[in-house]
Amino acid sequence: MTARAWKQHSILPGFGLSLGFTLLYLCLLVLIPLSGLFIKSASLGPAEFWNVISGPRALASYRVTVLSALTGAALNAVFGFIVAWVLVRYSFPGRRIIDGLVDLPFALPTAVAGIALTTLYAPNGWLGQVLTPLGIKTAYSSLGIVIALTFIGLPFVVRTLQPVLQDLDVEYEEASASLGANRWQTFTRVILPPLMPALLTGFALAFARAVGEYGSVVFISSNIPLETEITPLLIMTKLEQFDYAGATAIDVVMLLASFVMLLVINGLQWWSRRRLGA
Amino acid sequence: MVEPPAVGGLAVAHAIGSLAAPPAPPAATRSVTEPRAVRWLLMGLALGFLALFLVLPLVTVFEQAFAKGLATYADAITQPVAVSAIQLTLLTAAISVPANLIFGVAAAWCIAKFEFAGKSLLTTLIDLPFSVSPVISGLIFVVLFGAQGFFGPFLQANGVKIIFAVPGIVLATTFVTFPFVARELIPLMQAQGTEEEQAALSLGASGWQMFRRVTLPNITWGLLYGVILCNARAMGEFGAVSVVSGKIRGATNTIPLHVEILYNEYHVAAAFAVASLLTFLAVVTLVAKSFIAWKFQQPDAGGAPEPPSGA
Amino acid sequence: MIRSLAVSTLSLALLATACAPGAPDPAAGGGAVAAKPAVKLLNVSYDPTRELYQQFNEAFAAYWKQQENQDVTFEQSHGGSGSQARSVIDGLEADVVTLALSADIDAIADKAQSLPADWQKRLPNNSTPYTSTIVFVTRKGNPKGIRDWSDLVKPGVQVITPNPKASGGARWNFLAAWSFALKGANNDEARAKDFVSALYKNVPVLDSGARASTLTFAQRGLGDVALSWENEADLMLNEFGKDKFDIVYPPSSILAEPPVAVVDKVVDKKGTRAVAETYLNYLYTEAGQRIAAKNHYRPRLTAVAAEFKASFPDLKLVTIEDFGGWPAAQKKFFADGGLFDQLYTAGR
Repeated sequence: MTARAWKQHSILPGFGLSLGFTLLYLCLLVLIPLSGLFIKSASLGPAEFWNVISGPRALASYRVTVLSALTGAALNAVFGFIVAWVLVRYSFPGRRIIDGLVDLPFALPTAVAGIALTTLYAPNGWLGQVLTPLGIKTAYSSLGIVIALTFIGLPFVVRTLQPVLQDLDVEYEEASASLGANRWQTFTRVILPPLMPALLTGFALAFARAVGEYGSVVFISSNIPLETEITPLLIMTKLEQFDYAGATAIDVVMLLASFVMLLVINGLQWWSRRRLGA
Repeated sequence: MVEPPAVGGLAVAHAIGSLAAPPAPPAATRSVTEPRAVRWLLMGLALGFLALFLVLPLVTVFEQAFAKGLATYADAITQPVAVSAIQLTLLTAAISVPANLIFGVAAAWCIAKFEFAGKSLLTTLIDLPFSVSPVISGLIFVVLFGAQGFFGPFLQANGVKIIFAVPGIVLATTFVTFPFVARELIPLMQAQGTEEEQAALSLGASGWQMFRRVTLPNITWGLLYGVILCNARAMGEFGAVSVVSGKIRGATNTIPLHVEILYNEYHVAAAFAVASLLTFLAVVTLVAKSFIAWKFQQPDAGGAPEPPSGA
Repeated sequence: MIRSLAVSTLSLALLATACAPGAPDPAAGGGAVAAKPAVKLLNVSYDPTRELYQQFNEAFAAYWKQQENQDVTFEQSHGGSGSQARSVIDGLEADVVTLALSADIDAIADKAQSLPADWQKRLPNNSTPYTSTIVFVTRKGNPKGIRDWSDLVKPGVQVITPNPKASGGARWNFLAAWSFALKGANNDEARAKDFVSALYKNVPVLDSGARASTLTFAQRGLGDVALSWENEADLMLNEFGKDKFDIVYPPSSILAEPPVAVVDKVVDKKGTRAVAETYLNYLYTEAGQRIAAKNHYRPRLTAVAAEFKASFPDLKLVTIEDFGGWPAAQKKFFADGGLFDQLYTAGR
């Protein structure tokens, strides 16, 4: 096999240079540090490693993290869909501004989001004052975590759906209407199916982002072990107890989970391509 | 016709690529649309949701920042420790963003314009920092360069300080913002294909001329957006930096860390005052992005062609 | 070419910031005697001592300048005690550490070997120049009538205390509650466990630091009573208003001893041993003790204590020795699988 058999021939220059630089940067900045993590956690030994990642507090934190992230992502899926629909299909004053605002969670630092949300929802905050007398505990509860994670994942669903919505051909809707379907039928049978892959991709992205979130959650959560302690916080706590190996062990679990999520997202993308391509 | 999404398995990049899409003007006349009541309901839900989750927190930051008056606000952001935090944040961004910019262009070039084995693996690896929790991002550098880390003894013996000093913060920030520019450019360049570059080459342009005159103008908009996002994230990173910082007041605190410190010292209004700087930057980021999107929607004779996802 | 130039410039910049020593301080000019070059000390401390060390550092700098004609500047780092210890272990170059409990400094001695294992004997009073204790802070008027530890487990009472796994202050809180329970239960550990379990069931939020906890109580308005360092309680009243809160002194509590130590490895490397040792010794002098007392820390010096007697009510205090010292206490209560963990895994 010649040296270049693994690459298609191209007349464009710069392949060697760009690939070499990319690989070097990637190794130095990403792969070596991440492998250091695996090595450190390996110092635990398989039995102890398993003990740490399956201890009751760790398991509870996975549950809290995953459930909250799922709920937040689901909220985003539903409302994000509505937002994307409204932004693409309707016109109203201020539409452009609101459309720009959707990216705010992306641009705002997580710590600032955390203290802002906590201030809002604490019992003496604007929203907390209204909700607490109704018996709805927002800050310092699981609901608070869900709120923070919904904020964080908000742009993902909207931004994934918008281009697909824009590109939807109106002909199909018109055909469906002319064949006698009412609007709801047209929506569920003609419009929704091609949007599902994008919707699921957005959902998966929001979920993946929410699972690793630390800065905004740690202010608004009550951080009670086994109840409202998220996995990143558990890692920090283990760090502060000088339990590096334990912290890295749980890190590894989170990393693997993220990697799996990435693969899922890629798979969704592939499915979406098959659905919509040609 | 429905535009095929970007190929290459970079699902996430496509989603982010679509982040760059300008809002297309709504279809002027849709012969099929929802009944009026439904439309109003949907709009109400959408705007209510956004108001609750976006507008209120934004307003809270500024309201709390000015709660104790303009004098407190001005004092909070001109304190020496605040100024040094601002300087450190700017320095960190000034190093991470260009570094990731160069990397992003290089990575996008080889991934988008060439076909080779292992391409999807490479793109997934590039995506990794995006899915790693910030706490982990900081921890990995402590594991490597901390006094108890792999390179610790060597660094200490030679008096090189990485963790708990500026280089550690820069490293952690660069790691966290690593994929931003690349993920923005890759689907963009993939969608643009190689025809224009090949044409330029066949007309006698050298590699660099081709890059400067054909590729760069095509990707300007995506590049700018990626840089803006990368910058916003670099300046606002909290979790990763808090692990590697050491929190030495006046020396190794970035703006987000300084916000936390002020908050912990009961200076809540001051904390929000400093936070409002970053919030303001976030808003500027959004405005800049909208402006860029708007500019590219103008029928502009000399401007770059429309971004592909809006076609 | 441009690209590689940019890359090399950036890497050079990165390397430069790593290798450059701290900017050389301008040598103290003016005095007729040759002034020594200025020196900088890093004091890594725990959360509540910000105000204390701001004042103390100023006083010491004036004193040192007068004695040795040398300028000394201070860098302060504050955070949860355990978290700060971790940073020092990981390489944060502290000249002195002033943390919340000796277990944290023991960890530094043990894991980083930066100071000898018998560090605590080097300074008087177990290296603790000032002490504090744990008190209650309630809303103004004490509407729930909280007077003693037994009131904390009453149903409907919400207690604010931080997470002992992360916060040094929280560990003192826990031990104070435990010692009360043990005494009341005639040393029956099972019943003491029930008491502490009931107490923590009344805790709605577990913050990761003493300050975060204070903020939750004072700023966010959560909880009926906060368990707090004595000096934090006074600070809370000063910051948020004396008309909002009451400090309630329970009849019995624990003597919290936050120790200080010089980090040998660092001061020998930086050549700052003389300054650092004098700095810590200054805490024991009358001037230093007075600053501590003014910041609501209980001074050791009897003369100063007498002067400030009014601010520090007498309590029956147990000490960490009653628990067999920190290593034993840490292992029994706060290590993984220890008593605190059991409280939570036993099902809430």
